[in-house]
Amino acid sequence: MSVLVYTENWDGQFKKLSFELVSYARTIANQMSTDVVALSIGELADDELAKLSNYGADKILNLASEDYKEFNAQHYSNAIFEASKKEQSNVLIFANNIRTRAIAPRTTVKLDAGFVSGCVAAPESVEPFIVSKKAYSGKAFARVQINKDNKILSLNQNSFGINEDAKTANIEAFDCPISASKSKVIELKKNTGKMSVLDAEILVSGGRGLKKAENFALLEESTEILGATATVACTKPVADLEWRPHSEHVGQTGKVVAPNLYFAVGISGAIQHLAGITSSKVIVSINSDKDAPIFEASDYGVIGDAMEVMPKLNAALKAFKENM
Amino acid sequence: MKILVCISHVPDTTAKISFVNDNKDYNKEGQQFIIGPNEELALTSAIDIKEAKGGTITAITVGQAEVEPTLRKALAMGADDAFRVNAEPKDALNVATQIAEVIKSNAYDIIITGRESIDYNGGQVGEMIAEILDIASVSGVNNLELEEGKATLQREIDGGFEKIECEFPLVLSGQKGIAAEPKIPAMRGIMMARRKPLNIVEPIAFEDATVVLEHSLPESKAACTMVDPEDMTELVRLLHEEAKVI
Repeated sequence: MSVLVYTENWDGQFKKLSFELVSYARTIANQMSTDVVALSIGELADDELAKLSNYGADKILNLASEDYKEFNAQHYSNAIFEASKKEQSNVLIFANNIRTRAIAPRTTVKLDAGFVSGCVAAPESVEPFIVSKKAYSGKAFARVQINKDNKILSLNQNSFGINEDAKTANIEAFDCPISASKSKVIELKKNTGKMSVLDAEILVSGGRGLKKAENFALLEESTEILGATATVACTKPVADLEWRPHSEHVGQTGKVVAPNLYFAVGISGAIQHLAGITSSKVIVSINSDKDAPIFEASDYGVIGDAMEVMPKLNAALKAFKENM
Repeated sequence: MKILVCISHVPDTTAKISFVNDNKDYNKEGQQFIIGPNEELALTSAIDIKEAKGGTITAITVGQAEVEPTLRKALAMGADDAFRVNAEPKDALNVATQIAEVIKSNAYDIIITGRESIDYNGGQVGEMIAEILDIASVSGVNNLELEEGKATLQREIDGGFEKIECEFPLVLSGQKGIAAEPKIPAMRGIMMARRKPLNIVEPIAFEDATVVLEHSLPESKAACTMVDPEDMTELVRLLHEEAKVI
């Protein structure tokens, strides 16, 4: 038995969510009195790999083969399957994002497992295996029981947290031959500098209340003051109007986010938008309509015109940062 | 080009959610059910392909008789025929197994699903179908181009975007961008939909891998603290000292 966790990296470093995934796997392994095996695919330095042991990994499998340089759902899911056989893992942990959504279901079929996606907490019991997940785009939770020997869970980012729990872990080289490709990546473009709305800790998000694309400069200014972990987001109408790129669209049909702090500026709070933001730790809304539904979902509210309030907020944030 | 579009039958996006039967089941009372917004785009992209290159479009869903109006809407939008697998869709692996079974006897070139259904948000079925059938798959596609013998797909990934070339047959899950706006059925389409074939298929035996025991609603937030719009220094102080998020 063991809990196998598939970690993710970008540009030679683990993504922050990988530490959360290992923390999650550690908790489940403790519930089951077993070990955590972390699998890393890609070229990472040993000291980077060793970081996983700080969060509870007992063993680190390092798949650094050139064959895995480009992402391929079939190859990746097969490597994870082979790793799980080798380590006799009966619980597998994944993130819940575009790439893992391609590999976790395939691994489920290979292992004839039960798969619960979008988990938000550790299992309440492992015998029977019951875990809670988000449902109805964040409007509800579901308690789900898995009736298979092999269990696969995907964890929503920022829903569990990162816990330090240092272990002594060996880094072990791992390889798995690949089969002929049915698909291949022909171009990969990485966003420069800007953090994705899924990774950001602070989102400054704008709605139609900002009236035109140029006014998003006020929000960009806030993110510059707030630092590297802050980025701009927007609502569906704003993306549809092409004021902002679709990659920033937060909501039911866009991205479901869970930052520490979410500023909703000129956003009325349509139910589809709220579905994407309810996991935020703190929501601050700025809206001229005192009856806007966004205030019901918010922790702090400011009734006022975004164009008048934002410059004052930016000045206050700047003063705060300068005095820190 | 033979295209299969997998449709989910889900509550309207604006639905207020509640549960019945000790919170085990969704309260369907007075609710309107729709084709999920992601599958609506998936179906629209299939219609775009058919208009440009020709071919046939089949819509499929797993569900009881109550889902038929949703399939009829797919036919009205532009699908040529439809399958309903006569089973309650409770578990993704079971649903994928049922759909894969239908695909085995009807070779499709492209199988399109939505990025995720808006009830359980799993986004699992398409990839499971691909694995069962051992064919290629790409999830979360924003743009799709077809050429002789291959498809070129674009998708956003965390931290960037990638372009993927893929052979047929292939499973893809579509989302925003894959089609401009969901197609709205015209009156002629609605009339024609009544005469298009809607085939009912009995499910093969398969045990659910997962079971939903009960649902709950998120706790409602404590009252919102209102801050004077003239005093943003106070808001910043609250965020730092009280909420501790900056």
